[in-house]
Parts: sequence; structure tokens; C-alpha cells
Amino acid sequence: MMMKTLMASAAIAALSGGALADGHGDKIKVGMITTLSGGGAGLGIDVRDGFLLAAKDSDMLDIVVEDDQRKPDIAVQLADKMIQSEKVDVMTGIIWSNLAMAVVPAATAQGKFYLSPNAGPSALAGKGCHPLYFNVAWQNDAYHEAAGKWASENGVEKAFIMAPNYPAGQDALTGFKRGFGGDVTEEIFTQLGQTDYAAEIAQLRASEADTLFFFLPGGMGISFMKQLAGSGVDKTIVGPAFSFDQGILGAIGDAALGVKNTAHWAKDTDNAANTKFVADFQAEYGRLPSIYAAQGYDTALLLMSAAAKADVSDADAFRAALAEAEFDSVRGDFSFAPNQHPVQDILIREVVKEGDVVTNRTIGVAATAYSDPYGADCQM
Amino acid sequence: MTTILLIEQVLNGLQFGVMLFLMAAGLTLIFGVMGLINLAHGSLYMIGAFAAAAVAGATGSFVLALAASLAAAALAGAVIEMAVIRRLYDRDHLDQVLATFALILIFSEGTRWVFGSFPLYLDVPAALAGPVSLPGGIQYPAYRLLIIAVGLAVAVGLFQLIGRTRIGIQIRAGESDREMIAALGVDISRLYTIVFALGAALAGLAGALVGAIQSVQVGMGEPVLILAFVVIVIGGIGSIKGAFVGALLVGLTDTLGSVLLPIAFGAFLDPAAATAVGSALASMSIYILMALVLMYRPTGLFGAA
Amino acid sequence: MQRETVINTAIFLALPAVALAALVLDEPFTITLATRAAILALAAVGLNLALGLGGLVSLGHAVFFGLGGYAMGILASHAQTFTPIIDGWIVIDGTKSMPIIWLVATLVSALAALLIGLLSLRTSGVYFIMITLAFGQMFYYFAISWPAYGGEDGLSIYVRNGFPGLNTLDPIQFFGLVFALLALVLWGMSRIARAPFGLALSAARQNAERVETVGLTPFRLRLVAFVISGAVTGLAGALFADLNRFVSPTMFSWQMSGEFIVFIVLGGIGRLFGPVAGACLFVLLEHWLSGVSEFWLIYVGAILLLVVLFARGGLIGSLAGREVAHD
Repeated sequence: MMMKTLMASAAIAALSGGALADGHGDKIKVGMITTLSGGGAGLGIDVRDGFLLAAKDSDMLDIVVEDDQRKPDIAVQLADKMIQSEKVDVMTGIIWSNLAMAVVPAATAQGKFYLSPNAGPSALAGKGCHPLYFNVAWQNDAYHEAAGKWASENGVEKAFIMAPNYPAGQDALTGFKRGFGGDVTEEIFTQLGQTDYAAEIAQLRASEADTLFFFLPGGMGISFMKQLAGSGVDKTIVGPAFSFDQGILGAIGDAALGVKNTAHWAKDTDNAANTKFVADFQAEYGRLPSIYAAQGYDTALLLMSAAAKADVSDADAFRAALAEAEFDSVRGDFSFAPNQHPVQDILIREVVKEGDVVTNRTIGVAATAYSDPYGADCQM
Repeated sequence: MTTILLIEQVLNGLQFGVMLFLMAAGLTLIFGVMGLINLAHGSLYMIGAFAAAAVAGATGSFVLALAASLAAAALAGAVIEMAVIRRLYDRDHLDQVLATFALILIFSEGTRWVFGSFPLYLDVPAALAGPVSLPGGIQYPAYRLLIIAVGLAVAVGLFQLIGRTRIGIQIRAGESDREMIAALGVDISRLYTIVFALGAALAGLAGALVGAIQSVQVGMGEPVLILAFVVIVIGGIGSIKGAFVGALLVGLTDTLGSVLLPIAFGAFLDPAAATAVGSALASMSIYILMALVLMYRPTGLFGAA
Repeated sequence: MQRETVINTAIFLALPAVALAALVLDEPFTITLATRAAILALAAVGLNLALGLGGLVSLGHAVFFGLGGYAMGILASHAQTFTPIIDGWIVIDGTKSMPIIWLVATLVSALAALLIGLLSLRTSGVYFIMITLAFGQMFYYFAISWPAYGGEDGLSIYVRNGFPGLNTLDPIQFFGLVFALLALVLWGMSRIARAPFGLALSAARQNAERVETVGLTPFRLRLVAFVISGAVTGLAGALFADLNRFVSPTMFSWQMSGEFIVFIVLGGIGRLFGPVAGACLFVLLEHWLSGVSEFWLIYVGAILLLVVLFARGGLIGSLAGREVAHD
């Protein structure tokens, strides 16, 4: 069949610009499935670019990148291809929780390591945890719960909360409420992919809440923020970084200034690894890195730190090496909880303008050494 | 819920409807005159928004941006009409659906190739950035009032164009008898290119106007496209009046549905369940509306049987 | 033998030939790919009865595909967690048995097709395209926002369901099962096309009045065709879910419905083996082009456009010549 040549050309196409591994036996074969086409491509491209940047000067990794088009069935198909045909050792790259739920259980059941560079659905942190599954980014609740906690501790008494009506949205509101001690005056579910928020803004205007918390990833958040700016409604806004990250801020513009958002990393996080990362990323790709790029970068660093200590064919040793997490994370302190999800500080950032560029500045820590509540259900 | 809030929501519904009308008008015009289903209408909307964002970014002028959106979409429309669409007029609807579906793929990925994968910046002009006070103490965004005004102006303009002008007479004649009008010496293929470019320009204008308060990104056209189809099917395909009424119906149903249904279910369910069930039903409401209309009037409210 | 018959045989035998070659060469993924092509072909064969023979351009067949998928997902997830589906005055348990799942998937899809058909077939032309699209969107949004079975996250089934006497986890055995079903359905469809019902349906597509004058009701013919068509696509949905061991609302999306139509047109509309040829071609293109460029969908669009504009008989039509053979 022509499949073999196809895969090779896929790897070359994906790696153009990065270093191409020459493929001898001791390398770790990494299969990256991520979103590179369609509306959500910006996130996948950042994860890929961050990962390839970290792996650029190393000859330990042999990387195959494939585009899942944000479709679960394509992702499953690609996972089968990478496991059955490419014989990868480690998989990574998935952006969306629903795609992760489709791929990760099958991959780990077939004895492959999976390092999540973005999605962290609660099922995989709790009952569905697995010795071969490591989350390098965050559990899905982390940003939301930290936002709730920060709001409580900073004088917010009444909050209007809003998210799209799908599992990640429902989890976001649950997470916020867990961290938040005050009153939730309104709890609104919008439609997934909704573009017009006039109705919600009218409800917000009529609300007695002093603060708005919302989770509207991607284009939804852009639309909402622009429309909110025109409405004259003046409430404090807190949210997870997904709607206020570097890839999106350019499209929202000044309307986002002053918004507080939670993230595990920021461009100005002060450590040597991060300074190098931010400078290298800008030099390589000519744009500011996003949280997704930082996550992709850290994922590659973690993988290489384990590869230096153990052979991937010895699953127990390699797993132990991963669990030690001995690498200089761009976020600073980082370790794994027993369910192999991060223990890390969640920062609170503020959207500011630096020259002409709208970006984020760290203003404090929302949750110190946060680890998710689902670990208790994890039996490994 | 207070009366004021309800009035504001009705206004929001009407405004959403007008926005949909801008998109649906071109679609229904093209169908009425040429009998063509154009799925790529959403791509023309996207082209308008991207052209506006690019020009606004370079010049800082919103008026120039709107002009650019009209020009870019009309040009793109004329080009695809001459290259592809005119081969489809005497095909069945299936071929039209597929060929224009293929155009969506080409336009979407082509735009991503040119502009990259990240959303673009396009903002409302500073003069219209804030809210204005309406009688009764309603605060309403000035820019949304502009959209309502433009939508109504386009509606009036289209009625005038079709009812009063020479080209309108040709369009109406072409709708009823293609051979006859060709025999009368009207250059039918030129007329079709003009109508298609006009429809495209309307989509581009809608994209630029709406793009300023939404996200200018690849794929922004498809959700609106489906809504626009719902609108023209409810109104009766080919009817401008139908598109107008259909757009307002859809706008009101969608907006009021998402506000009122969770409250209605709250009367007999606990709040979390009511929100979930209400939102689920609200997201289906316009499709239910469309199915109901078609059951009672299989060719839409104002469609020719 | 007619030229088209030769081509049909070649296309039909290509699938198992590729699968067996992959087995010999130890390339299990190629078998998975062939299975995927066979399942998508089955879904499009179902649609082809309504679209090719009946002239009903349904842009909502993903409804049945998704229902079949969720029939599998719901039954298997309850069996997986040992919780009954209904635990009241009767107890209904989940199951991991493919034959039962197929039966449920087919019946549920047929029922949905009956209801949707009763409402949609009152319209025709563009309105029919759009009302079927509307039903598709209703199911899609419902599946996304209904939390019980995973919402947008979908449902993962960890182990493929079982079939008596087979190890369905072995790619080649599962492929054999799928291929046997495809062959069976194709045989059934060829019988239908030649039976009085099929001839009448085809006649109703060409000239509804003439059919009415001989005492047949086009509405009833079309409804029956739509129900059978939906049931077959539903069966394909259950198989697709089993192939991926996963179901999600994307199975209901309008792009999915669009893809089925694309298979039929790529292969050659109105031909028994058109959907099979189209699905195979599409799966091949998808895997070949996605490695060529990040912007590979442009090429898919361009190929589709060229086929619609210049190769109206699709793949089979281009190979076999213009006229549709009556087999």
C-alpha cells in the first residue's frame, strides 16, 4: 500500500521548519494528533509549534504530526493509524476534551503513553485515570475553580455566571461554584457556537450581580466581549484564560483591557526557562506565545526529561521517570499529584496594553499549589 | 422578568432578525432569479468580514472598510459566477448543493492560507461604540441601532430596485420566463452576473457589519448560512418579503426562546434542570419553527406553490 | 459482460483484496481503513435508495447514522457499567451483542425515518432538502446539550461489541463482518431496484403524475423508500460507532449528511455501486491529501468541483460511459 510513503510525507510536511529526526532505533516515536485545520486550528498550531520548538535541538524524539480537523472520529482513526501502523511509543497533542475522551482510553488500553498538552476532562482525572496517562497542562476545573476562589477572596459577593451548554461548559460553572463562596445570582447556559449575545447582555444589565464570570472559548468569547463593550454594561469580569489568551486578544482589542483571568502560565512568569521560551518562540515564529504554546513546550520538555533517564520500552521505569517531572517548566514549580495531574499555582492575570499589543500581565496567585478534586476517585 | 427587560429582548430579537435579513436577502434573490441554491453565500459573508478587517486595520476607517467589504464580496461573487455558477443554472439542485459546498471548502481554507488561523480584529467605529438611551430608560448599543437602520434601508432599497427600476423589471421578467427575456434582447448572462454580484455584495456587507461585533474568523459563515436558509425557507424561497418576515420570526424565536424557555421550565423543574432543558429546547426552537411552517405551508409563508 | 458490471465487480472485490493484502503484509491500519470505507459505503448505499432511485435529496441522513451510533453507544455503555437502561416495572439491560444492537439501531432509525418522512415528504425540491437539514440540526443540538449520554463529549466504549463465534477486536474479522453486511445490503438493493416497488419508485421520480394515473401513491412509495433508506444508514451508524468504539454528536452534523451525498456523486449517481466507489475514493483521498498539505481541504474542494462540473457520471460513469446500466 501507499500508506507508508504517505505517513513519511505527512511527517515531513508537519516538521518543515522544525528539525527532522533521522529515525534510528533508540529514539522515542511520538504521535501528535492535533487540530490544524478549520476554525479551531490556532490552538493546535500553537501546541505543535511549542512542542517542536522544545524538541528542535534534541535528537531524542521522532515526531509524527496529524490533523484531526476537530472531529472525534478522525482523531480515533488517526490514533489507530499511529498505534497500528506507525507503532508510536507516546501520544500527545489533542486539544479538545471530547476528542481526548475518544482517543485516550483506547490509546492507554493498548499500552501507549499519553501526555495531554491541553484537555483535562474530569473523567480521566478521577475514575478513568490510568498509569500511562499524564496531564501536563491542567485539569479542566483548575482555571474555573481558581477564578471562583480569587473572586471570593477579593470582595466579590454576587456573581453572574455563564457558559455554553455542553459538558465543558457545565463543568466550568460547577468548578467556579466550588471555588466561589458568594451568591450566584444568575446561571446562564448559552448555545454552543452562539454568535449573538444581546439577550444575555440584557439579562446581565438587569442583574444585581457585581461580577461576571464566563467561559466562552474561541470565537464565542470574542463575539461576547465585543458586544459587551458596546452595551455600556459595566461589571467586573473574571474568567479562565481561554477567552483572553494571546491568540484571541488581538481580535478582541481594547475591549478586553482590565479583565482578570486565571492561567497556570503567563508570558511574564519569572524564571529562566520561561525567559528563554518566550524569546525563542518569538524568534522562531514571529508572534507572542500563548498558553497553548507553553503547554506544548512543557510537554516536550517533560518527555525529554524522562527519555534521558529511562528507556520507553521499559514502561514502569519510564512511567516513574515521567512522574518525577524533573524538568524546568516554563510555569515554574510543577509536580504530579497521585492521579498524574498537575500540582501547580494558578495565576491571576490582567489584560493590559504594552505599546500597541494587548497582552496579559500577572497580578498575583489565585490558587497556590492547586490540585484537582477528582484524584480521590482515582485508583491506580 | 421586568417589562423593560422584555422590551429590550424583543428589540434584540428584531435586531437579530434584521441581521439575518441582510444575509438572507442575497440568498433568496439569487434563488428567485436564477433558481440556484448557493451554499457558498456564507463564504461571501466571510470574505466581506475579512476584507473589512484588513482595510480597517490598514486605514483605520470604518467607512472604507464597509466599502471594501462590498467591493471584495461583489468581485468574488462575479468571479465565481463566471467561472463556476453559470454552469450550474440548468443543473438540478443536487449538483448546485455539491458544487457550492466544494466552493466553501476552497474559500475557507484559502482564507486561512492568506490570513492565518487566528481571528482578525475589527471593531465598531468609536462614534458608535457606546450605548444610547431610548425612551423608557432602555440602554441600547448605538451600533446595533445602526445595523437595524442599514437592514431596513436595504429592505426598502431592494423593494424599490425590483419594483421600480429597469433592471428590476428585467429581473422579474427573468424569473417568470427566461427564454422570453433573452428573445427580447436582454443580455441574460450579464444580468445574472449582476444579480449574483449584488447578492454577494449584500452578504459581504452583512459580514462586515456583523464582523465588527463578532469574531472575524474562518468558518464564521456557515452557522449564519444555515440560519439564513431557515429564514428563506420559512419565508418562501425567492420572496424578498418572505425573507424579511422569516428573518424577524427567526430572530424573535431564537432570542425570546433562549430567554423565556429556561424561565418557563423553572416553574416546575429545579433551576439547574430548567436551565439545561430550556437551553436544549431553545437551541432547537428555530428548526422546530421551520418544520411547523413547512408542515402547514410546504412552500413557505410567501412562496409560490 | 457489460463494462459496468466488470467495473462493479472490480470495485467490490478491491475492498477485501486490500484488506487481505494488508493482513499478509501485517498492516492492520489498512484493514481499519478498508473497514471505514465499507461502513461509509453502507451508509451511502442506504441514502442512495432515497436519493438515486427516489430522487429525494436528503440533507439529514446523519440523523439515522447518529441514531444508529447512539443505539450502540447507549446499549453498550449500560452493559459496560452494568446499569439497566430502564429500571422500573420492567427492567431493560444494556447489551454488548452486535446482532441485538444492529436490530435496535435499524428499528430506531426506521421509526425516526417514518416520522421524519411523514412530515418532510409533504414538501419537495429545495424545501425537502432544507426540512431534512432542519431535522438533522434538531438532533445535533439535542445530542450536544443533553447531558445523560456525554453531550458533546460523546460516549467511549472501551471494548468492541461481540458477535457469536467471532473475535471482533481482530481487525480482519470485524472487516469480514462489515463486508458481509455490505454485500447483503447491496444484494437487497439490487433486488429492490428490479422489483415492482423499485420500478414504481423510479417512475415516480421521473414523472409523478403518470404513476398516480396507474393507481399508485408517490407519497407512499417515497415514504417506504425513505424508511428503508434510513434503516440501512442507521445500521451503518451502529457499525461506525463500533469501529471507533466511540459515538459523539458529530455523527448528527450536517457535514456528515453532506459527505454521504458526496460519496454518491463521486461514485456515480443512480448506480448500485456508486456509493461504494465514492466512499472508497473519498477515504483514500482523505488519507492521501491530509499528508500533502495543511490546506488539503482545498484540494478536496477542487476535486469535488471538477467532478460535479465535468464528470457528471462520477467515477463509475467516467469509466463505464454515460448511460446508467439497469442492473
